Amino acid sequence: MVRAEGVVKRFGPTVALDHAQLAVRSGEAHALVGRNGAGKSTLVSVLTGMERPDEGEVTFSGEPAPGYGDTAAWQRRVACVYQKSMVVPHLTVAENLYLGRFQGAGRIRWRALREEARALLGEYGVDVDPRTRAKDLGVEQRQFVEIARALSFGARLIILDEPTAQLDAGGIDRLFTKLLELRRQGVAFLFISHHLQEVYDLCDTVTVFRDARHVLTAPVADLPKEDLVVAMTGDGEGAPGGASRAPVRVPARAPVTARKADPDGEPVLRTEGLTLEDEFAPLDLVVRPGEVLGLAGATASGNTAIGETLVGLRKPGGGRVSVRGRPVRSGSVPHAIDAGIGYVPEDRHDQGLVLGRSVAENATLTVTDQLGPYGTVLPSRTRAFAQRMITSLDIKTSGPAQPVSGLSGGNQQKVVIARALAREPSVLVAIRPTAGVDVKSKDALLGVVRDVAAAGSGALIVSDELDDLRVCDRVLAFFHGRVVAEFGSGWSDRQLVAAMEGMTEPGTDRTTDSTAGGTEDRTGGPQT
Amino acid sequence: MIGTARQQPAEAVADGPAGARGRPWIDIARWRDLSLVPVIFVLGVIGFIVSPAFLTEDNLIGVVQQSTELGLLVLGEALILISGRMDLSLESTIAVAPVIALWLVLPSHGARFEGLGLLPVWTAIPLCLAVGGLIGAANGFLMLKLRVNGFIATLGMLTMLRGLQVGIAEGQSIVNVPESFRYLGKAEWLGAPAAVWLCLGLYALGGLALGYLRHGRALYAIGGNPEAARAAGIRVDRITWIVLSVGGMLAAFAGILYTGHYGSVAATQGNGWIFQVFAAAVIGGISLKGGRGTLFGALTGVLTLQLVVNVMTLGGVPPLWNQFINGSIIIVALIISRYASGEKQD
Repeated sequence: MVRAEGVVKRFGPTVALDHAQLAVRSGEAHALVGRNGAGKSTLVSVLTGMERPDEGEVTFSGEPAPGYGDTAAWQRRVACVYQKSMVVPHLTVAENLYLGRFQGAGRIRWRALREEARALLGEYGVDVDPRTRAKDLGVEQRQFVEIARALSFGARLIILDEPTAQLDAGGIDRLFTKLLELRRQGVAFLFISHHLQEVYDLCDTVTVFRDARHVLTAPVADLPKEDLVVAMTGDGEGAPGGASRAPVRVPARAPVTARKADPDGEPVLRTEGLTLEDEFAPLDLVVRPGEVLGLAGATASGNTAIGETLVGLRKPGGGRVSVRGRPVRSGSVPHAIDAGIGYVPEDRHDQGLVLGRSVAENATLTVTDQLGPYGTVLPSRTRAFAQRMITSLDIKTSGPAQPVSGLSGGNQQKVVIARALAREPSVLVAIRPTAGVDVKSKDALLGVVRDVAAAGSGALIVSDELDDLRVCDRVLAFFHGRVVAEFGSGWSDRQLVAAMEGMTEPGTDRTTDSTAGGTEDRTGGPQT
Repeated sequence: MIGTARQQPAEAVADGPAGARGRPWIDIARWRDLSLVPVIFVLGVIGFIVSPAFLTEDNLIGVVQQSTELGLLVLGEALILISGRMDLSLESTIAVAPVIALWLVLPSHGARFEGLGLLPVWTAIPLCLAVGGLIGAANGFLMLKLRVNGFIATLGMLTMLRGLQVGIAEGQSIVNVPESFRYLGKAEWLGAPAAVWLCLGLYALGGLALGYLRHGRALYAIGGNPEAARAAGIRVDRITWIVLSVGGMLAAFAGILYTGHYGSVAATQGNGWIFQVFAAAVIGGISLKGGRGTLFGALTGVLTLQLVVNVMTLGGVPPLWNQFINGSIIIVALIISRYASGEKQD
């Protein structure tokens, strides 16, 4: 059906795909798995004609792929249902289905359009009224509509990018039923998921990518879960490349700091029953002085929301947060900061930095009240403060007055950390602190987090990056808003990834009833 | 002429990041604030060549005096723009605030414009400022609490307040302005109009606040990246609200000076000014996207606009063409700012 061979894609100096290959047969359900940055999304862009590969070839049923930019031709072959909706929210389902290709010349015949839409949806067993506005659809129905639209273009390969991330168990069940049905009509699926259990439930073949390379392709039935995780993490033999990178510095650090954490000290951070609807279940956390706690979890696992709730960016649905025994008013950033919570936001461009302003201004954003009397901010003190930060964090800059937009990613991130540390917080909450920085900065940044803990504060790292989590004394793995596992310092990549990907230990399996056997009698589509 | 003089900074910025990192940036950033100073100088030279009347004290003081009212509006708008918002209603505030204040204090009998006579006459100025502040606060309520689009909300306010003024003043100018209300606009201190000193003083205060007060510095952070400001513990909504109120008060104060200067509240006071206000702010280097610009730059923007008009008047360009030229300057300024900032964006 589709075959990609030797695909290379570079973005500047980074290689996003390194001679990648993939082949999906007609009627097959093919899983594409890999950790963040493995090259999955780039491959999808290449397969859907959004990006032109630098090298290599993509063929559809033996014919070469359409020209780059020939959108209509691509749409006839392949479609991708993204996590983010591609429908126009204020138009009706019928309009969305025929957007840009209304039949006939001249005026739009609404009645005919609706009838056609109804027929199309019926053909694929999608039970949605074509007059509904797209924004009023649930996630599940919206996905069905998008799949139907893709199929109506003639595409027989559908790429599903994390389709289950926002669905509940029943929705996942109905989605899988639908997909099985479509496969019997010869539609092939490329299924991208962080949820390995679903790979086993739905797919026949799995392809693993790691570090921009194709690692293996194998029938799901012949590949034990263990081996799949090993292939993803490169932790263990038979996985060339990344194996050596991880374990080197772990033993050096973890035991030393683990000793420093004081198990009986008054916790620097404690939450009791902290919860936010649709994000995470009631959570009791304790971070002790000198401890670095990791909150591991993939996208939409709720760990980011926990971080943002702790620092007051989101108002929790219930529960309490206290820092060094003192309660913190929830849902207010100034109060959280005053209470001693330092915050390194998830995306430095979104929430971390004011790009046009100087290093000094950004680094002192949280301490403007300490830089002069009577609400003044003295430039000399600002400069001195920033200079101290630049020195202690080794920020590479021409001086405190340089705009942060001119810094490299790693140094920008250091400025964000400087801002968080400026108030000498009791506990540092860092969300994906090393996203998009080079290896050397990564070590430096994580070293800073360790140093914060060593100085008697606590730290909380929210991340899905194993390198980030490796510096933690303790790691809680989250899945669908719940803690599914807790690890001390001696976890292996394999265990943690398995927990984050929702692969629970035997016996504690997820309640989703999504086995293939019972699907025959459930072909009626989603109940409404 | 403005075009060619402004070309240089634009190109210099373009070269900056491509060349060495760091040092040149700082110099360009400094230079950007002063970029209109040579333009003003060139305009002066042209004015001198065009007409001997240009360099007389009377003419120059006239230019500066005319700049004060516009200048105060630009000051308010600049603060609002830096914090990432915009307020179109300032041009109506400059008229409606004095009208409401006078309406409340003027006696209900005896003059052409009959007020309510509710409050003593000396309260006129505080009342006027309070009305301005309230209008700003109302804009803040619309934008920050109801989360409606700021552009359209203040456009609605602009029209509504103009209508309020016309309704109260019955479409006429108010000429029986009390002496206390006139004083600031027509007094002379140390050989120059008091309005000029007041305007300069307020610019200096504003500049100091932006440079040296934590809440002033916060405006740049809020305008540059509100999410980052919020994550850093800055009370974004509260500060924005205060800035909008201050902007309204500055517009009201401009109204007091204007009324004093001309001895009456004209029915069309401030009508159509908002375009000049934006033009001056943009020429002066204030970014419409927020987070960038200085008050000094804004002030030079005001002076440039006024000088252009003055030089053209002296040079015999018929006043009927003023509007055309003003519009062209705004467009040229926008193009320049697009290139100057477009290069810097990534």
